[in-house]
Amino acid sequence: MQQRTPIEEQIDLPFVESLRISFQSLKIRFGRSIITTAGITLGIAFLVSVWTNNEIGVALQESGRQSTINTFEETTEQGISTKDIWLIVMSLIVCVVGIANSMLMAVTERFREIGTMKCLGALDGFVVRLFLLESGFQGFSGALIGALIGTLGAVLLGLKDYGLDLFFYFPLLPAQPENGPMQLGVIVVILLGCILGMILAVIGSSFPAWRAAKLPPAEAMRTEV
Amino acid sequence: MNDIVVKTEDVVKEYRMGSNILRALDGINIEIERGEYISLMGPSGSGKSTLFNMIGALDRPTEGQVYIDGQNMSQLSQRQIAAFRCHRVGYIFQSYNLLHVRSAHGNVTLPMIFAGISERERNEKAEKLLDMVGLGDRMYHLPDELSGGQRQRVAIARALANDPSIVLADEPTANLDTITGREIIDLIKRLNTEQGVTVISATHDLKMLDVSDRIVDIRDGLVERIRNRDEIEIEVGEVGGEGE
Repeated sequence: MQQRTPIEEQIDLPFVESLRISFQSLKIRFGRSIITTAGITLGIAFLVSVWTNNEIGVALQESGRQSTINTFEETTEQGISTKDIWLIVMSLIVCVVGIANSMLMAVTERFREIGTMKCLGALDGFVVRLFLLESGFQGFSGALIGALIGTLGAVLLGLKDYGLDLFFYFPLLPAQPENGPMQLGVIVVILLGCILGMILAVIGSSFPAWRAAKLPPAEAMRTEV
Repeated sequence: MNDIVVKTEDVVKEYRMGSNILRALDGINIEIERGEYISLMGPSGSGKSTLFNMIGALDRPTEGQVYIDGQNMSQLSQRQIAAFRCHRVGYIFQSYNLLHVRSAHGNVTLPMIFAGISERERNEKAEKLLDMVGLGDRMYHLPDELSGGQRQRVAIARALANDPSIVLADEPTANLDTITGREIIDLIKRLNTEQGVTVISATHDLKMLDVSDRIVDIRDGLVERIRNRDEIEIEVGEVGGEGE
C-alpha cells in the first residue's frame, strides 16, 4: 500500500471563534437557555434571600442594643442562631443540587451534538471550552439576577418586620461590631452568590461535557436521553 | 496498479453489555480502492455500522488494525485523528446529525471553521456546495424547517466542505421515502463519478446495489462475500422486478 501524505495535526481555533459559536448557540436555543438559567436564578435567589435576611436580622439586633427596637425578644443568643445556620446550609444544598441538575440535563441532551462536532474535526478541548463559555455566561447572568431578586425579597421581608428602621441600619458593607460576630454585608453576599452560581454552573456543565468529549464520537452519538 | 485507500486487518470489536461480551465484528479483512463505490450490506445487527465507525475513526477496534491512506489509525494522536475527521473524511448519517441550532449554511461552514478557513472563503464555499445539492434558496433555514431529503442534502454538502477523499454514508436513505432516497443515491453517485470521491456506504437499501462497484455482505460480524458490479447487475434485474 502506498504511503500518502501524512495526516497533519488539528489546529487550535482562535478564542473569538469559540465565543461566537457559544453565543450563537445560546441565542438560538434561547427558550431552553432561559429555563436552565432560571434554575440557577432560583437557587441563588433562595440562598441570597435567606442570607441577606439573616444579615439584616443580625444588623438590627446589634443596633437594637442601643436603640429601642424590641422585635427580638425571642432571640436569646447573639449573632447567627443555629436555626439560621441550618437555613443557610439547607438553601446552599438546594442551590447546589438544583444548579448541578439543570446543567447536567442541559449537557446530557446535547451528547449527540458533541459527537457530531467531533466527527467534523472538533478537538476535545474545543468542545469543553464551548460549554465552559456557555455555562459561565449562563451561570453569571442567572446568579446575578437571582442575587438581586433574593436581596429584594429579603428587603421587603425586613420592611415588614422592622419598618423604615431597616434603612438606618441596613448592612450594606462588611462590618465588625465590637462584641458581635463578623457581618459580611449585603454587597458581599450578592457577590458571593454570583461567584457561587457561576462556579456551580461551570462545574455542572463542563464535567459532563468533558466526559462526552472524551468518548469516541460513535458512542457519544448513540447516547439516548 | 491498485491504489488501496482503506484496509482493515482482522478488525474485532467487542461491546461489554453487563457481564456479557457482544462480538460485533469478528475479524474483518477488506481492502477498498481509491474512487470505488462500496456498499456494506447486511441485516441490522450484522455489524455493518460498527465497521463503518471503525473505518471512519469514530470508534476504536478492540483488536486488529485499520489503515487509511497507508496510515495505521491506532498510531495517530488525538490531534491527528481530529484532523483526519476534518479533512480526509465526510460523514453522512441516517439521522442526518445536523446541529439544529445552526442554519443549513452554518452546518456546512462548521467543518471549515475547524479547518481554520477564512470567513469569506468558507461562506463562498458553503454557498457553492448548497447550490450544488439544490438548496441554494433555503441556505439560511434551520434544519427543523427542512424536509428529510433536504436535511440529508445539507449533510452531504457538509460532508464535502473540506474536499474529503472518502465519503462515509451510514444508511443515508433509511429515513427517506423511495423517490427522495433515489435522489440522494444519485447525488452521492455523482460525487463518486464526477469528483472521484471514494464512497463507502453501510446500507440495506436495494436501490444502492446498482450504483455500487462492489458490495461487501456482512453477516454476524464477518465478511460473508464480496460481489463485483457484473455479478450485481444480474441480481438487480431480478430484484428490480419485485421491487418497483
